[in-house]
Formats: sequence, C-alpha cells, structure tokens
Amino acid sequence: MDDLLAEFLTETNESLAELDVALLKLERTPDDRETLSQIFRLVHTIKGTCGFLGLPRLERVAHAGESVLGKVRDGVLAVTPDIVSLILRALDRIKAIVTALGATGAEPPGDDAPLIAALDEAAEGRFEMAAPAAVPAVAAEAGRSREPAPPRPPEEAPPPAAEPVAQTIRVTVDVLEDLMTLVSELVLTRNQLLQLARTQEDSAFTVPLQRLSQITSDLQEGVMKTRMQPIGNAWNKLPRLVRDLARDLDKKIELTMHGQETELDRQVLELIKDPLTHMVRNSGDHGLELPAERRAAGKPEVGRISLKAYHEGGHIIIEIADDGRGLAVERIRAKAIANGLATEAELAGMSEGQIQRFIFRAGFSTAAQVTAVSGRGVGMDVVKTNIERIGGTIDLKSVAGAGSTFTIKIPLTLAIVSALIVEAGGERFAIPQLSVVELVRAGGGSGAVIERINATPVLRLRDRLLPLVNLNELLQLRPAAAADAADSDAYIVVAQVGATMLGIMVDQVFDTEEIVVKPVAPILRHITMFSGNTILGDGSVIMILDPNGIARATAIGGGDHRGALHAATGAQRTEDRTAILVFRAGGQQPFAVPLGLVARLENIERERIEASAGALVTQYRGRLMPLVPVSGSVDEQRERHPVLVFADGERSMGLLVDEIVDVVEERLDIELSAARPGLLGSAVVAGHATDVIDTAYWLSQAWRDWFGGRAGETARRRILLVDDSDFLRQLLVPWLSAAGYRVTATASAAAALKLRDAGVMFDAIVSDIEMPDMDGLAFARAVRGDGIWSGLPILALSAREEPRDMEAARAAGFSDFAGKSDRDALTAALRRCVAEPAHS
Amino acid sequence: MTTDLLERPTPASASADAASDEQVLVTLTVADQLCGIPVLGVRDVLGEQVITRIPLAPPEIAGSLNLRGRIVTAVDLRRRLCLPPAPPDTASMSVVAEQGGELYALLVDQVAEVMTLKASAFERNPPTLPPSWAEFSNGIYRLEGRLLLVLDVGRLLAIGEGS
Repeated sequence: MDDLLAEFLTETNESLAELDVALLKLERTPDDRETLSQIFRLVHTIKGTCGFLGLPRLERVAHAGESVLGKVRDGVLAVTPDIVSLILRALDRIKAIVTALGATGAEPPGDDAPLIAALDEAAEGRFEMAAPAAVPAVAAEAGRSREPAPPRPPEEAPPPAAEPVAQTIRVTVDVLEDLMTLVSELVLTRNQLLQLARTQEDSAFTVPLQRLSQITSDLQEGVMKTRMQPIGNAWNKLPRLVRDLARDLDKKIELTMHGQETELDRQVLELIKDPLTHMVRNSGDHGLELPAERRAAGKPEVGRISLKAYHEGGHIIIEIADDGRGLAVERIRAKAIANGLATEAELAGMSEGQIQRFIFRAGFSTAAQVTAVSGRGVGMDVVKTNIERIGGTIDLKSVAGAGSTFTIKIPLTLAIVSALIVEAGGERFAIPQLSVVELVRAGGGSGAVIERINATPVLRLRDRLLPLVNLNELLQLRPAAAADAADSDAYIVVAQVGATMLGIMVDQVFDTEEIVVKPVAPILRHITMFSGNTILGDGSVIMILDPNGIARATAIGGGDHRGALHAATGAQRTEDRTAILVFRAGGQQPFAVPLGLVARLENIERERIEASAGALVTQYRGRLMPLVPVSGSVDEQRERHPVLVFADGERSMGLLVDEIVDVVEERLDIELSAARPGLLGSAVVAGHATDVIDTAYWLSQAWRDWFGGRAGETARRRILLVDDSDFLRQLLVPWLSAAGYRVTATASAAAALKLRDAGVMFDAIVSDIEMPDMDGLAFARAVRGDGIWSGLPILALSAREEPRDMEAARAAGFSDFAGKSDRDALTAALRRCVAEPAHS
Repeated sequence: MTTDLLERPTPASASADAASDEQVLVTLTVADQLCGIPVLGVRDVLGEQVITRIPLAPPEIAGSLNLRGRIVTAVDLRRRLCLPPAPPDTASMSVVAEQGGELYALLVDQVAEVMTLKASAFERNPPTLPPSWAEFSNGIYRLEGRLLLVLDVGRLLAIGEGS
C-alpha cells in the first residue's frame, strides 16, 4: 500500500473515532462552539487530504458534510438531532469507504448521490421542512434508526474485522519518556559497575560487563532516536501535494526544500505536520498567481514555494515562502470590518503587519471562492493554534506583489544535538557542534598566537582577524588577571553566529557527544549564555553554551542577520564589509587600513628603533625590519611606538603610528583619490572621514622591489582579479576600487572559472601568471577557449617583463601586461584594455 | 549516590495533614537550626551529590545535579538564609522539592526525621525575627528543648523575584 494512503487511513480512523464522540457531545450541548469547531476542522482535514490522494467519492461526501457543518457553525442551521443524524450518516459512509480502502487499497464502487443530495438540501436549509425536528436531544440512536436509507448499505461494507494494515505502531510519548529515564538510570548504573570492575583485575565480570556496556550504549542511542525524526519526514508528501495542487489550479509551481535533515522531536513533528501542509496549500492556492497574471506582472511563470528548516539559538525555525502576490491588505481590512473583528477606527491605527496578522484570527478567509482546496475560514487560525500548543510562534512578512514568508519558531526542548565538550575554569561546557566551524590551538609551539588590541584578544586566522571571547572572563570563572596569564596557551573554538565568526577561548577541548537538550530551570533563564543543560554519558550535569547569547553579550553580532559568508566561494566583492584598522599618526586625523593587510600589531620601545644607512630599522624576530613613520618623523618623546607590521613571505616592514584607535567592520567605499602620496583616498569609517593609506606606497618606501617576487592584479568597471597571493589581493582590491572599478577577487583560476560557469560577467580580467595548480597561461587559454568570457580582455600581471614571457602570454590569449609594482602602469593598461573592446 | 529515606507520601499521611490539627514535617538542620518542610512537598532526600556549578547564576544557586536522569537545580539553604558558608568537609544532604514542574534540591547540613506535630505547639513568627528569615518562615513549633522553624518552600525557591 502507498505510504501516503496508509498514513491517511491511520489518521482518518483516529479522526473518525474522535468525530463520533464529539458529535454525540454536540447533540447533548448544541451551544458548545468549541466542539462544533473541532468537528468542523476534523471533517475539513479529511476532505482536504482525500482531495490530494485522488479519492473522489470520499471527497464528495466529506465536502457535502462540511457544507452542512459550515452552516451550523455560522448559525444558519440549528443543531438538531436530525442534523446530527444526517452528519452521522455521512460519517458512516466515510467509515465504510475508508474500511474498504484499507482492505483493497481503492475506493469501493457505490452511489452516494442520495446522501449528498440530502446533505445539500440540509445545507440549503430545506431539511427542516422535510423532517421537522421534534425529537429529544438524547435520542441520537433513535434518530438514526428513523432514517429512510440504511446508513451502511451492506454491499459496500466489508467485514469490520478488516482493519487497515498497520505499518507502524503508535506509542505515546509518555512511554518513550519513561524509557528514556530508565535508560539514563541504566547508563549510570553501568558506569558505576565499570568503575568497580576497573579496580579488580582479571575479574570474571569483565567480559560480560563489556557486553552489557555496549548493549546499554546501543539501547540509549536507540531510545533517543525513537523520539527524533528529520523534518523531511513531514515534508515528503508535499512534492506530490504541490504537483496535484498545480494541476488542479492550472498553476505552475516549483517547490524547493532546504534543511530536510533538521531533526525534530517526534511529538513536535506530528503537531506541525498538518499546519505545514495547510500552509503550503495556502501558498499555492492563495499566494501564487495564475501563469498569465505572473507574466503580466513581469515574473517567471513558475511560482516558487520554498520550505526551509534550521536550528537557531535553541529553536527550530521553519520558513514557508512564496513569490506570489502577497497578502492583500485592503481586502483583509475590509474583511476584518465585515466580520466585526475590528472597527475602522481601530484599523486606521494599525500597521500593515498588524492588519496582515488578522489572517490568524478564527473564522477569517479572504478567498473569494470556496474551493475544494482551501478557503472556508479554517486554516491559518488552526495553524496558529497548533503551533502555539507546542510553545511555538508564527509570524509573517508579506510584500504586495513579491510574496509572503511565514516563519514558524518552535522551541527545541527535546532535540538531540551533537555537542563539543570543552573545559574552562575547571568546569565543563557543551557547545553545539552546529555552530562550531573549527578548532585552533594557540600557543604551545603551534603557529597561532593570541594578539591583543587594547587588551582585546584577537587571533589571526588565515587572512582574517577573529575576535576572541575568553570564556573564563565571560562566565567569571576565574579572576581576569589569572586568565590573562593563562590564555596565551588556549584552545579556540571558532563559532559561526549568523554571518559573523567568533572565537571562544577555552582551557581544554574534549570529545563530541550526542546530547539531549533540556531547558534550564526557570530561575536560570535570564542567563542568556546558556541554551539549556544536559546530562552526559557519565551522569554529570553540564551547561550548554549558546554562541548567539555569547555574541550578544559581547556585542559581536546579533542573531538577526544571517547569510552565507563569501569566504565559502573564495570570492570577495569590494561592496562587502571589511575589517578596518583605524589609527592616528601625526595629528588627530584618523587613518585607516584594511585589517587583512596587517600581519601583526607590535608595540616597540623607542630604544629599539635604530638607524641604518639613513633608514629606520628594528630587530624583529631575528631580522632587520625597516620602519617607516607615517607622520614622517619619529616622536622622540614617546616611550613606545605602536607598529603595524606588514609581511609577505619572508619580508616584513613596520609602519610607525602614534596610536591604534579601533578595529571596525565597515564597507570600505573610498571616495576621493588623494593628492598626497601614501594615501589612496578618504572613506567614512565609524562616522568619521578617514584617510585610507596606500599600503603599496609605504611598502615601496621600505623595500623598493616589494612587488618583485609576487603577483598582483587590477580591475576596471567590473574586474575579475585572479591571484593566489592573499596579500596582493587585499592590497589591490582597495587600490582598484579607488581607481573606480568594482572588483571581484578569487584566489585561484579554478574559482574564477566557477564564476564563469555560474554566468557572472565582467568587463575585464586581471590575472597573475605564476599560480599553483592552473597557472595564468592555462587560465587564459581556458577563458579564450570557451564560455561567456572568451571575448574579454585579459591583463597579465607580471613581475618580470621579458620579451619571451610576453610572447608566451600573448600566445595564451592575454591582451596586455602590467608590472605588479607600478600602479600607474597598471591603471593605464587597464584603461586601454577596457576601452578597446568597447569600441570594437 | 542516591539515598531514599522516604517513600512517597501515603494517603494516610495526607489525611492526617488535612485534619489540620496535625502537621507532618520532614525535619532538617541548617547551621544548627532545626527546620521543617511539609512532607507532602518533599519528593526525595539525597545524600552527598556531585553538583555542577552554574556560572553567572544567583549566589543562592549551588548548581545542578542529576537525579535519576532529571536535572535538579540545587539551592544552598545557608546562602538563602544569609548564613555563613558551611565549614569545609561538612557532609551535606539535600531535600528535593517540586515547584512548577521543576525539581529543586535544598542543600542542608543534615536531614533528621519525619515528625507529626500538633497544632497546639504552633506559633506565628515572632515579630522580632530578622526579615531575612521571616520571609521564608511560616511559623514556629515549640518542641521539647528546641524550636522548629517551618520553611516556606515556595518562597525559598522564588529566587530573583524580588523579596
């Protein structure tokens, strides 16, 4: 049997059993609106589901029944025993069909016309005349027996013993919860036994104990798993649902799903399944327009519904988005007034968002037409109720013409997560593995060194500076002074929080463990650093750190902006935010330099600055490092001088400044080309006009041939820069931006070709020749050979301009050359390059 | 290790309590003061436990412990009552109580016995009792040779809600 059908049968049988009870209850208390709503929703769900499964007989009966119930709910019809009987008849028919379905997998043949006619008549209010309601309310059974047509025609009712074949067993969560507790207890006992056994060698218990231990672990894992399911399980019937929906509505719909593997507690999953189905249906039915309308609106014919699930800060977020017409605020407003949900005056004071939220109110539907798909005013209110029942929230964002996005946030009370166990200040903590990007060991002979900017620790991680948080200090585990001394030798857990990266300094890193997240006691909820607590395999209680909370506590970044880092693709746009070091040198005017260019920050004593051959130098890491004061002279009064160290390969130079002010993360838009040598131009950094220094100038002050050994790049309008040197990319991107180009930089030819295959277009390419893997010549041949870039000018960056090299480069397809060290020549070559194809 | 000194309260003890001329209390000592907690509110009595410290928690919170797979928040009764900390190496015990579906362990010096006390021996708090104690005391029983303070578990666990 089809899985979908089996599930439908299980569900429907449950609903039918509930319906029987509820209807009889309604008959006794006809004014019970809650029961009435419950009945209506149950029937609505049955109808909705069978529509998609292609069960026309069932659907027709359920639809007719629902119409009658709708009238009852709206108060048009009174609850009389006759009405109840009629509904019960319809339910009996549904039951008979469902039973047959379970036995044979197909709807049995049969004629429902008389029943449907009776229901339709009742819905139109003609029922009363046909059968006056004068029977006492309790006589439900009697009412049924008076029906002219027998409710269960024998020919279509298979023997009641033919129950649907059960593929799964439903177990109450309580049973699982008890099992879980017992297993935890078992684990503890096992651990104690192991401890005892360790003290006795050659014990006869050793071998069986090991088996017991293994089995216990497996059992624990198994029991934990019983509660968890990937959300994909709730989604797997959606593609078909959407397909059928598209066919029924003559729309073109594409469904995309992300994060199917996000695990969710089973109970939570069950409860959100129906709301999700409902919402996807709504998106398709109400949200998306017909292909013709979409064309007219300038959108692609195919409408898009996207589902996304992910964990965030102890919650599971599910987003259901469509690119349809968006919510019609005017219609919602009108409807709210018509339904008496709000007065005009109240609405006038509401924002669009507030008005849109009316769709979550009971009895609200804007669909002009009642279709089999949706639109009877059950829907979003049911969705909201179900989500709130599990402690979740739902919100929506809708832009007219651009679509709507519903965001469901469900607390992650029981989710199992994999966590990294760390230690700080003698205490152990768990960090959810999801947010851990990597581990770095600082000090202790490893290359990484924790550096400080005004006592704020940072770590140079590849070409970025990573802000660090000392867990000891943050959690006040140890006095700051003691922590300071110890933190030079620390482990750093690099965590991703939204779009920002953060390093958490800990003393020790242990294993990863699968943990069951439990919420912390209410009196501890105010500590935002923890997302929960858990019990480890050895029985100890441990707090779970929340990287979001840590980031907020240290003001590194909110959890609000997420987004993929460009680092993933290796591409970097000049529009992106850059970490910028702000310093002062010779006056109050702030200067700025991209932090990525700075290798180290040092603070050297005055006496260590020496003069050699008319230039300033200092002994640095066993070598002489040239020093260049930005202000032109060394302030003899100062005891110590902050130095920005630039390094490339073996070489380094130091820039003497007066004071390091700050590191800010901002978009570096260089506004003016500066007249003064040594400055690229000025930019607004942290609200101040700031001079951005031209690193190339200062480097060449120290080393005339700085650019001799490595490659560099340039760009114009839209320029692609390919160079394997981090340093030169960092240098040239701001440089070329200052010259008016928009630059995208990649670190390898392969990454560049990926951009080509993705259809990204540029006006020119600037490429290094010497690169690992695919070199510049091979790259040029690849570009010329095929693809959308074959006509682009390609400029070669080279250190040596030997005629032979130039010839080889021309043969490979390069249009022109420029030396790496000569900024003017590079700019001029680019200007030629980009201008030429424009004329041709 | 867990030591269960008590079975769950039986209906018999519940009815005795309901009679209201008698109260059944679990007695305990903290800094030599005899205190009592209504037996119905006590879920468990534990011996020495491994307690995990919780950084940034209010000072009264000693940490959390594992009680048969449930996480229990431990409250240091000495700190809660503004008493000096126990001398080192003092064995401690705890009384587990439930509040709003959560379990809490009150760390005390010693749990003594279950006593049934007559209402005739009960007195209200003397007005001179310091506020730090009066806040958590429901009254006092006059025993032979000692006084027993009846603790209000609800107030004791209302940490950080302003008192």
